[in-house]
Amino acid sequence: GSSVRGEKQKRTSDREEATLALRTRSFCGCFIEKMTFTIPIENGNGNGVKNAEADSQRTLYPYVTGTSVVAIKYKDGILMASDMGGSYGSTLRYKNIERMKAIGKHSLLGASGEISDFQEILRYLDELVLNDNMWDDGNSLGPKEVHNYLTRVMYNRRNKFNPLWNTLVLGGVKNGDKYLGMVSMIGVSFEDNHVAAGFGNHLARPILRDEWREDLSFEDGVKLLEKC
Amino acid sequence: GEREREEHPWLEGKEKFVTALVLYKLKTLSTTKQYRRRRRRRKRESTTIKKMFRNQYDTDVTTWSPTGRLFQVEYAMEAVKQGSAAIGLRSRSHVVLACVNKAQSELSSHQKKIFKVDDHIGVAIAGLTADGRVLSRYMRSESINHSFTYESPLPVGRLVVHLADKAQVCTQRSWKRPYGVGLLVGGLDESGAHLYYNCPSGNYFEYQAFAIGSRSQAAKTYLERRFESFGDSSREDLIKDAILAVRETLQGETLKSSLCTVSILGVGEPFHFLDQETIQNVIDTFEKVAEEEEGEAGEGEGEGEGEAEAAAAAAAPAEQGGSGDQDVAPMEM
Repeated sequence: GSSVRGEKQKRTSDREEATLALRTRSFCGCFIEKMTFTIPIENGNGNGVKNAEADSQRTLYPYVTGTSVVAIKYKDGILMASDMGGSYGSTLRYKNIERMKAIGKHSLLGASGEISDFQEILRYLDELVLNDNMWDDGNSLGPKEVHNYLTRVMYNRRNKFNPLWNTLVLGGVKNGDKYLGMVSMIGVSFEDNHVAAGFGNHLARPILRDEWREDLSFEDGVKLLEKC
Repeated sequence: GEREREEHPWLEGKEKFVTALVLYKLKTLSTTKQYRRRRRRRKRESTTIKKMFRNQYDTDVTTWSPTGRLFQVEYAMEAVKQGSAAIGLRSRSHVVLACVNKAQSELSSHQKKIFKVDDHIGVAIAGLTADGRVLSRYMRSESINHSFTYESPLPVGRLVVHLADKAQVCTQRSWKRPYGVGLLVGGLDESGAHLYYNCPSGNYFEYQAFAIGSRSQAAKTYLERRFESFGDSSREDLIKDAILAVRETLQGETLKSSLCTVSILGVGEPFHFLDQETIQNVIDTFEKVAEEEEGEAGEGEGEGEGEAEAAAAAAAPAEQGGSGDQDVAPMEM
């Protein structure tokens, strides 16, 4: 369900409302879906100024966005693919953005959604990996640990109504064990044999559901991803 | 005496100095009641008003001695030596923690000295059990927070460092005192099984096998002779060695399963305590070898059992069974 609201809220005498809006555009460019999240904030004397300040610090909508990331498990590990574009609305503004990064020794992180939030996440993970390395004790962060850490971060931000506007795809191999998972901007997280972020969920995953096999070779995996 | 004067000619005319030196040396060893009484008498003789304790640099944990020691920290380590014994040993895949459990009286239950921190970490304590309980709670909290954030067990080496840092803080604040408890932390890591000893001083050491608490030297001697084989020991051998080491600390007392607590953790085996029956069975296997009486735990006849450790046994006289109440340290109440 969706309800359309204007940017300025009508203020009732005793309630303020904060709005989150999500807008996505398809590749066709003419399909707009808008969802609104509203939460009432009980505020005794209707302190408008205070809330406006707080609102301006929340993420309301994304600006520079990346689109799909697709990832699959294959025989020897993980394959992940994405394009290198950063869109500003319907314009392909930045054409050379890396939306996938290696994390620690064992993991790959791909993200769709707001690019600046992705960069913020990379900073958090940098710190995490640095501290892990500083221990210098033979233990290292595997993909499962990174995935769980990210789930906690995303979920906690969502609880503050200030999400990191990304869908993250996390894959990796540690001690021969393959791991592939996903975290969304509201903290939904799960593992699967093939995951996608963004429109990949709608366009690529149906293909993968039909054609993915347990023992894909590297070449077959790449071909499958290219098809997606 | 004459012999000393011959050996050390420089002592000529230095009797007073020697007496003072001897008394000073005695000061640095553990004090007995008699010695304390004697010292108090000497104190009354002296005209100067001095502090009650044996050094003037030992009131505060934040006061260094001229020789570069923190006496309060060392006194805290003494407290560990007063507690009843705790033993830990490890193989490549398992860690066994065992301790002596003496109840205060026949009416009471015994103090808990081994705590499960997580499925893959356990800790045995010696010293002020109250302090030990608080630190175990801290360890549990650290472990569970890590599990929650990373859904992965906290590596025991990192937990031990957190613990050591926490203990160090108490050696550098004037409003705190050091924890009076030594912890034997056993756990699993990516690199296998580990056993660590955490001191009140904030130091930690890794061991193949170790014993702490009162009369732990006997157990340490036993472990020193055997530790090289522990790495490849089977699980059962490790348990047997642990119980034998516990027996060493009892020094002649009857070894019953009610007197000791044994716990084990390992690869594919979460931390858990062994029940009394299992322990008694292990005791029976080696007690039976030596004693004529079958089915009974050996009645104290010295340490002349058939096992090879007979040589290392303390020359303690045989004691009839029964729990030694005098061995329970006051801080363990």
